[in-house]
Amino acid sequence: MPEVFMPRLSDTMQEGTVSTWTKNVGDRVEKGDVLAEIETDKATMELEAYDSGVLEKILVDVGKTVPIGEVIAVIGDGSGVGKGSGSGVAAGEATPAAPAADVPPEPPVSPMPGTPTAVPTGGAVEPPAPVSVKEAAAGSWANGTAPAGPIKASPLARAIARDAGLDLSTVRGSGPGGRIVRADVQAAVAALGSGVTPAAAAPTPSAISTGPDVEELPLNNVRRITAKRLVESMQQAPHFYLTSVVDADELVAARARINAGLAAVAGDATPVKVSVNDIVVKAVASALRAHPEVNVSYTGEKLLRYRRIHVGVAVALPDGLIVPVIRDADTLTITQISVQTRELAARARAGKLKPEEFTGSTFSVSNLGMFGVDQFTAVINPPEAAILAVGATKQEPVVRDGAIVVGHTMRVTLSIDHRALDGATAAKFLADLTALLENPLAALA
Amino acid sequence: MAVITYRQALHDTLRSELLRDPNVFLMGEEIGVFEGSYKITAGLLPEFGPERIRDTPIAEEGFVGAAIGAAMLGLRPVVEIMTINFSILAMDQIVNHAAKIHTMFGGQSKVPMVIRTPGGGGQQLAATHSQNLEVWYAHVPGLKVVVPATPADAKGMLAASIRDDDPVMFIEHLALYNTKGEVPDGDYVTEIGKAAVMKEGTDITIVSYSRMAAVALDVAKRLEEDEGVSAEVVDLRSLRPLDRHTIVESVKKTGKAVVLEEDWLSYGVGAEIAATIQEGAFDYLDAPVRRVGAAEIPLPYSKPLELAALPDATALVKVIHETLDATRFRG
Repeated sequence: MPEVFMPRLSDTMQEGTVSTWTKNVGDRVEKGDVLAEIETDKATMELEAYDSGVLEKILVDVGKTVPIGEVIAVIGDGSGVGKGSGSGVAAGEATPAAPAADVPPEPPVSPMPGTPTAVPTGGAVEPPAPVSVKEAAAGSWANGTAPAGPIKASPLARAIARDAGLDLSTVRGSGPGGRIVRADVQAAVAALGSGVTPAAAAPTPSAISTGPDVEELPLNNVRRITAKRLVESMQQAPHFYLTSVVDADELVAARARINAGLAAVAGDATPVKVSVNDIVVKAVASALRAHPEVNVSYTGEKLLRYRRIHVGVAVALPDGLIVPVIRDADTLTITQISVQTRELAARARAGKLKPEEFTGSTFSVSNLGMFGVDQFTAVINPPEAAILAVGATKQEPVVRDGAIVVGHTMRVTLSIDHRALDGATAAKFLADLTALLENPLAALA
Repeated sequence: MAVITYRQALHDTLRSELLRDPNVFLMGEEIGVFEGSYKITAGLLPEFGPERIRDTPIAEEGFVGAAIGAAMLGLRPVVEIMTINFSILAMDQIVNHAAKIHTMFGGQSKVPMVIRTPGGGGQQLAATHSQNLEVWYAHVPGLKVVVPATPADAKGMLAASIRDDDPVMFIEHLALYNTKGEVPDGDYVTEIGKAAVMKEGTDITIVSYSRMAAVALDVAKRLEEDEGVSAEVVDLRSLRPLDRHTIVESVKKTGKAVVLEEDWLSYGVGAEIAATIQEGAFDYLDAPVRRVGAAEIPLPYSKPLELAALPDATALVKVIHETLDATRFRG
């Protein structure tokens, strides 16, 4: 599979900047076609394809500078389009799964107060724990003994890690000289699904207390990693919070009507039932579409604005959290969101989630409403810029047309990374989101 | 399907090709009256006469050159060089003439000849009579180099070589002549340039050829029975052209490869295989490609030293274990 390298376009050129991609991923490319414009230290020049085929991957974003010789794109037979999480991004399209090459896809951390949102029927979502690919494996190095220098890994281990979005620097190699081999990577990937980290697993309790007052419980890896990530989020992302009280009469009515309709068309089959949270996810996705400035990540050097909207839905497990991702949620119907969420939650319980199914979200929703919680604040799931905490929908006295009547309300609280967003921007988003929730038909429109 | 020796398969194929095509004739030292140093040509002189079973002087360069001339003019000579060690005397004819005439003279003449010659060590024939020089010829474009490991391939590949329009180095092995195996009856031709998967497996690929392929197959069967290791054995059968596809596909499946070769490792067949694997299956490798070959010394005459210098099943098993361990295959 021919790779396209950053060419040496002048004698003094050391690095080049991609100023334009003239082809998109998936485009047919003929030898000699102009693929991109490269800005050198002297001029902007056209980069021609040396091979014919299909542009399968673009690895360097527009505006990004890389040294000569670095692979910036891949031309193949087309079978590689969209494969592998390391496949980079389409021209100018920063996807959350693979942001710019110099920004390692940060795995999501489980938002602090997270609960099963979309599984009202299945009971509490249990088992396995979550946590990012990167961190679950990181358990191996939790004692801080990660080696310095280049990572030694077999090509096969590298390929598997690449496909799974696993950061090899977090995996301990068991091969000769500490080489990471397939078995290590597969164990690390499997651990993500099962919540158990391979070799490291649960550390032996150093001293089991014999005293009657305190019982020492060894931390499982997931709990330790979750804790670490949440601390990072709170330390690094300056949170601020905005709360809105949603008049939820229409929301409750809409949900009832939708479920009645679904039951009517289901016949003898078990009807799909949508939850309040499914509608919230849809409304969030619609609001994000209207407010792309919220669908971002702060990287320290730049802001990544995601063109696709992937909503993470926090799911509680007995000893941790996991955030399955509803991809392209803005393009899905509420019913599709419902079906997907339940399916992902069921597999989360079974420990069968694939890494790509709980990484890459661009915004998360956490819901504790079914536990009767009125209102709470959630910890942002990095590298996202915001998370929505959803409280219970309940009957309350509300003022309507100057009179106190019984209505439905729901409190939603937005946690925002102040590095990425300011108060006014977030407030506009929340106002529009509230409006969508108060008139759910608008979210469907 | 009869069970016959490698030697018998060669003999029978020579005879059937002599019967099939009147342009086929044999040349070589002591192949007629003496019936060949390894008795491959036994009985052919009385049957086909001295015109077609020609004893030659001890002059490899001369009779190989004569065969080239005959081939250019339409005959299909099958030359026997007593051992591959003596082919060095005919190197100029083989490399500079047989391999090049077709292309250097604009395709005016092909050179449809076969040079049959046994190589290999293990017979206490000492350093100058025990070499594995096949890679010298496999290096040269214009030649084909085949290295059959089984009686069936001895038959199928010899027939294919005789019918091929290019010069073919048909390299036998002294230690294979008495090995037995099933051989298809009737006209049986094996395509040159296709490797054979002698045994399928999922855990590790063993690439080999000629006598070492037989060793590899034996080792693979034992590993399967004793340790539950599923090794795939690829018998190259042809060194030029080399069936890279089969090698790469096997390694894509197993992620690990060991090459077993009787030649010296430096610049040897295994080096080419290792390069092929890293080019074609880099992302599938879970461990470095390992090679098992002969000690880099002139092969000793002393039996204990000869045994110590040649690769064997024990050496192969050791390297397979090391490779499996490197991938934590065995825990």
